[in-house]
Amino acid sequence: MITYAFLQQYWWFLIALLGGLLVFLLFVQGGNALIFLAGNTERERELIVNSTGRKWELTFTTLVTFGGAFFASFPLFYSTSFGGAYWVWILILITFVFQAVSYEFQSKAGNILGKNTFRLFLMLNGFLAPLLIGTAVGTFFTGSAFVVDKAAVADIAAPTISRWANNWQGLEAVANPFNVEFGLMVMFLALVLGALYMINNIDNDKLNGQLRKWLLRCFAAFLLFFLLVAGKLLTMEGFAVDANGVVYMEEYKYLHNLLAMPNVLIMVLVGAVLVVCGAGVTILRPQFKRGIWLAAPGTVLVVMAVFMLAGYNNTAYYPSTTDLQSSLTILNSSSSEFTLRAMAIVSLIIPFVVAYIAYFWRQMDKKSITTEELESADKY
Amino acid sequence: MIESALVGWSRLQFALTAGYHWIFVPLTLGLAVIMAVMESIYVKTGDEFWKRTAKFWMKIFAINFAVGIATGIILEFEFGTNFSNYSWFVGDIFGAPLAIEGIFAFFMEATFFAVMFFGWEKVGKRFHLASTWFTAIGAAISALWILVANSWMQNPVGMDFNPDTVRHEMVDFWAVVLNPVAISKFFHAVFSGWMTGSIFVIGISCWYLLKGRERKFALASIRVAAIVGIVGTLSVMLSGDSSGVQMAKYQPMKLAAAEGLEEGGKGAPFSIVPGVEIPNMLSILATHDIDGYVPGINNILDGYTTPEGEVHLSAEEKMERGKIAIEAFSEYRDSKDSNPEEAAVAREVLEENMEYFGYGYIDSREELVPPVGLVYWAFRVMVGFGSALLLLMMVVLWAERRGRLEKMRWLMWAALLSIPLVYLAGQAGWIVAEVGRQPWVIDGLLPVKAAVSSVSVAAVKTTFFLFVAIFTLFLAIEIRIMIKAIKEGPKVDVE
Repeated sequence: MITYAFLQQYWWFLIALLGGLLVFLLFVQGGNALIFLAGNTERERELIVNSTGRKWELTFTTLVTFGGAFFASFPLFYSTSFGGAYWVWILILITFVFQAVSYEFQSKAGNILGKNTFRLFLMLNGFLAPLLIGTAVGTFFTGSAFVVDKAAVADIAAPTISRWANNWQGLEAVANPFNVEFGLMVMFLALVLGALYMINNIDNDKLNGQLRKWLLRCFAAFLLFFLLVAGKLLTMEGFAVDANGVVYMEEYKYLHNLLAMPNVLIMVLVGAVLVVCGAGVTILRPQFKRGIWLAAPGTVLVVMAVFMLAGYNNTAYYPSTTDLQSSLTILNSSSSEFTLRAMAIVSLIIPFVVAYIAYFWRQMDKKSITTEELESADKY
Repeated sequence: MIESALVGWSRLQFALTAGYHWIFVPLTLGLAVIMAVMESIYVKTGDEFWKRTAKFWMKIFAINFAVGIATGIILEFEFGTNFSNYSWFVGDIFGAPLAIEGIFAFFMEATFFAVMFFGWEKVGKRFHLASTWFTAIGAAISALWILVANSWMQNPVGMDFNPDTVRHEMVDFWAVVLNPVAISKFFHAVFSGWMTGSIFVIGISCWYLLKGRERKFALASIRVAAIVGIVGTLSVMLSGDSSGVQMAKYQPMKLAAAEGLEEGGKGAPFSIVPGVEIPNMLSILATHDIDGYVPGINNILDGYTTPEGEVHLSAEEKMERGKIAIEAFSEYRDSKDSNPEEAAVAREVLEENMEYFGYGYIDSREELVPPVGLVYWAFRVMVGFGSALLLLMMVVLWAERRGRLEKMRWLMWAALLSIPLVYLAGQAGWIVAEVGRQPWVIDGLLPVKAAVSSVSVAAVKTTFFLFVAIFTLFLAIEIRIMIKAIKEGPKVDVE
């Protein structure tokens, strides 16, 4: 029997999956962040741009689908967070907008701003997008300043349901170190994934060597922030929900969630081991190039686990620090049973979509990109 | 208190983003089909000329595609950032098409675009051709779902209001998808994209002919584009006809504004320009009946009864019933736990008046009239330019087939100068559709002023000007890059 509660859990699972895939695909951003750091010559930078450039649309599409799926399944989050943390989302969007045009424009004659400006846009998106997305996700655990009052619809002069409780409109998230550390963790993870992806995708010994150096540095920084965030997360107070839907603070809530959901614990452990192995073996063995294919599933698993910790086991996934009872849970913020059911049927197509993407990915990436290819084939 | 400035700037920001987005999308829709046809000819004949021809237009396609994506993502998220109340109030219905668009269409476009652009040496001929067609199909499917969503706002169907969750909830998925407005809108918008792509290709090709360059390439491109364009424009006209009938049925105020029709009646005339009318023509277009009844702006505001006996309330009556609905909603919320009987009565009152819920937020009858002058002239620009462009494409195709095109320099100039006109026609079409439905974000249920986010006016003003600067910069760069690429030319003829 597929109940409403099951459908809400199922859709949170899909959000977690999309979130996991999105963070994995942030290797595009991570790779671009390294354009000027790992790419010392014009040819090396061109290789980087053309390596990530063949995948950027997948990242972009996953971001858009992530937004669309959130809208369809948990519309109260869409209206509360997007309409409230206005500046955070606008900044994220702007960095992506500049990225979207930069690949196509950077090497074209007549592009007004010059090649390096567009590559700078790519690099800025590379650093800022994962940092800002990570910081925004950090607030899933620390909370945000908003109030939700559905009865406001009856107030003809001011019918807005969700209101932000300060004028910073989301920028205040950086005042909480945990959010920033979360953002930095995601940013360094993106850099690690970017380096791993390009080590596998670009056939150029010199660039490969430089990427490995940056991989080591970024992986060390990632580990530092990962341990810091994990330590804080498992010892912090969390936003729990009782059987009546009343939200209250609970000591060690996320540690309790992890222990209460052994599957999630296994996902975290397996995911972390895969990421560490992917990066670690690549660092230790100069001939090993397939680290990305260990780190990729590892990333998806860990990110999914993070979303599950935030939303499952009677937890408010988007807590309000202004009015605890305004906090969003997967029960109070979801779409109706009918919509979730209809969309669940639609979601059955997802494995097919993933399969054809994987198939074409394989077709296109059978051979690594070489400098010779850039001389003969179509390129950015 | 929602400030009217906030409503205005939020509306303007969305209009700006949508307007810019629609500069890039129609060319994507049309060019995708044209280059897919060209590549099909290449695969069928094995003639490398067609491959190089298709590749040149793909290069132009790619430059344009990126900016369409950039503006599109802003559009999607602006539903949340600037219309947060809307996102909750109807997110249960509206979110689904957006998610389906992502799952079905965007991944298809993203995956096959990469194969189409970079896969010439990596996949087989037929495989590549399939990718090009899938890119075109993906673009059309994405248009389908966003237009399903848009059409639902124009003609909300397949949902019920739930006072417990304070939102409309979907009860019939297929009613939403097969909304008659959506079907007409889909064909109208997608085929207008074919028209844009065709005029673009014909115009550029004529420029080459005027310059005496790339002759074979230009004539071949004109042939393909003109056929695609004529098919597209005829389909635009057919779907436009059914859109007109639906407008009369579901959004009579929009139709009255588009016609500047103050007093309606039976056998209503169609205004070509102020003072020049075709008798009975509006009735024919709106009802497919020479004596059909079409209400004017004043009739709609004062209330009217159709010849079939259908009674339409006046603006004041609707506003009154809207206020009753909102009050009943409030009473229901207050009493549902404490006094179930009172709550049941309130709910009944709410359901009786729900049809007019949105009118409860309206302060005066004037608010219910969209900007008539803008909608009136936009309609004339859309229809006038659209018809002229159809004629142009037919003459160009005739001249090309007869081998006379290169001697008719005026015609080639006309084709080149038509490029901005097709964009104006497209923009005008959206002005009719979107300005014409003001003040509603969801027809009759939610006015724009009750849909906006509670963000400061200064924040929205800042992002508005930021987007103006960014989009204008992108447009300027795109045009400059395209001009450079076109001047450089495909170099197909010399190879």
